[in-house]
Amino acid sequence: MGAQYVYLASAALFILSIKWMGQVRSSRRGNWAGSLAMILAVAGTLFSGHFTIQSYGWIVGAVAIGAVVGIPMAVLMPMTAVPQRTALSHAFGGLAAGLVGTAEYLQNAPHIPKFVMGALSAEMLLGYLTFTGSLLAFGKLQEIIPTRPIIYPGRNAVTLGTLVLAIATAVYLTINPGQPVALYVLMAAALGFGVLLVMPIGGADMPTVIAILNSYAGLSAAAMGFVLNNKLLIIAGALDGSSGLILSILMCKAMNRSFANVLFGGVGQVLTKGPSAAGPAKEVKAYTVEDAVTMLEDARLVIVVPGYGMAVAQAQHAVKELAAALESRGTDVKFAIHPVAGRMPGHMNVLLAEADVSYDNLLELEHVNPLFPEADMAIVLGANDVVNPAARTKADSPLFGMPILDVDKARTVMVIKRSMNPGFAGIDNDLFYLENTMMVFGDAKKVMTEIVADFKRINA
Amino acid sequence: MHELTQSDIVENLFVFVLASFLGLELIRGVSRLLHTPLMSLTNAISSIAIVGSLLITGRGLSSTTTLLGAAAICCSAINAIGGFMITERILRMFKRRDDGGAARGGH
Repeated sequence: MGAQYVYLASAALFILSIKWMGQVRSSRRGNWAGSLAMILAVAGTLFSGHFTIQSYGWIVGAVAIGAVVGIPMAVLMPMTAVPQRTALSHAFGGLAAGLVGTAEYLQNAPHIPKFVMGALSAEMLLGYLTFTGSLLAFGKLQEIIPTRPIIYPGRNAVTLGTLVLAIATAVYLTINPGQPVALYVLMAAALGFGVLLVMPIGGADMPTVIAILNSYAGLSAAAMGFVLNNKLLIIAGALDGSSGLILSILMCKAMNRSFANVLFGGVGQVLTKGPSAAGPAKEVKAYTVEDAVTMLEDARLVIVVPGYGMAVAQAQHAVKELAAALESRGTDVKFAIHPVAGRMPGHMNVLLAEADVSYDNLLELEHVNPLFPEADMAIVLGANDVVNPAARTKADSPLFGMPILDVDKARTVMVIKRSMNPGFAGIDNDLFYLENTMMVFGDAKKVMTEIVADFKRINA
Repeated sequence: MHELTQSDIVENLFVFVLASFLGLELIRGVSRLLHTPLMSLTNAISSIAIVGSLLITGRGLSSTTTLLGAAAICCSAINAIGGFMITERILRMFKRRDDGGAARGGH
């Protein structure tokens, strides 16, 4: 019975851990509570005498390998790679759940009660699809495979067909647990479904997908709890599952899109050009770094809008330098963070925190939008779709209805961009052609560094 | 594998439903600023699956299940150890201007 009390303490700590993660002030305490909860869970399992643990050799070896791989990944990984690492760890989590499910089945078949077999099937289905889905997401984020959606005719039918096959096999296995062939069909269908699910999803939709996979990884752990009749697993898994669910709902809302549209819409493919493309060629006004510095000279309020381009160019430190230089002359500098900027929820906040930007200067959409009309300059750095005014004005735009940052309302908008390529959604941006927009072409980091140098030279 | 009683099953379902609602409430309260560390934390927490892999590996019954279990322990250990460490690393970076100096022990 001892193990159950240790598990109870562990479950309480997991709950506190998430509660404390709510605010920056208590967040580190939250992380420590979570670590302690995990240690208690492992210790309660191994040393309480409640369970039969006969061979420690494999356990010690496996944990040692896990530490050898996990610690360097955690210590050495650059902050720009956080989305990839998160996707990769979802893959590990899913694989772990799937493997345990398979092992439990092989150990006990065919003497598995129906309810347990049902939970076991759910665990394997969720675990294996999370494994391949997350691996693919990792590949896209790391750009090992193309980030654009990979699509083919009839893909939704194939994807849904695979899911139906997986679920049907799971049901069959629940009724007839003594059919190992069904186990392998279930595994193959789940693994295949994970690939098919993520393949047609473009880079810009990754925040939603990562959140959904996060949820599945948690739910597979909860299903394992039902198999093992272990309430700690159920609680921790349910917490994780609800976290991923909320985050993915937030991401969808921030894009004004449904789950189904993100998963099956294939957004980000090269769209067929609308009627506007046939019109006369629009012109943009290109400016130099010197022009940009002149405009910044007299600014009282500058709002920086970072996007994925800032992460790619590693420009966050140069941005911080510019902010510091402006602030030293009394200019107010704020950062506007769109919920889906970057490749995972909260991505931009982490990069700017890494560059020592004070977190009370990072403003969310609804707080920063009223400030744009007062801003002398909005600097758009590697963001595109989240600042496209078409979302407000053009009912026929795919972006219409998406909450955006109203940079066009600032007195001047400076857009720093490598070229005129459209954003990941493949949609032309009206912002670039506005009267008050100045385009500065170049690598985000290079342009920022030059602006800082020029600005400092003039104000030395 | 022992049969679960009806009351075991119902109890577990109760626990699952309550924990899910609690989770939804708690996560709603998390500042958007912290969504990345929240995700790395919950990811570390999902490595609770290590309990299942420890049990199956520890039983040391057949070589196949032991191997599968050990591989699962490996995966979960990477997530648990790495997950909490990376969360700590991310959280250390979040500073306000006025407490920035103090958090890093002066200038």
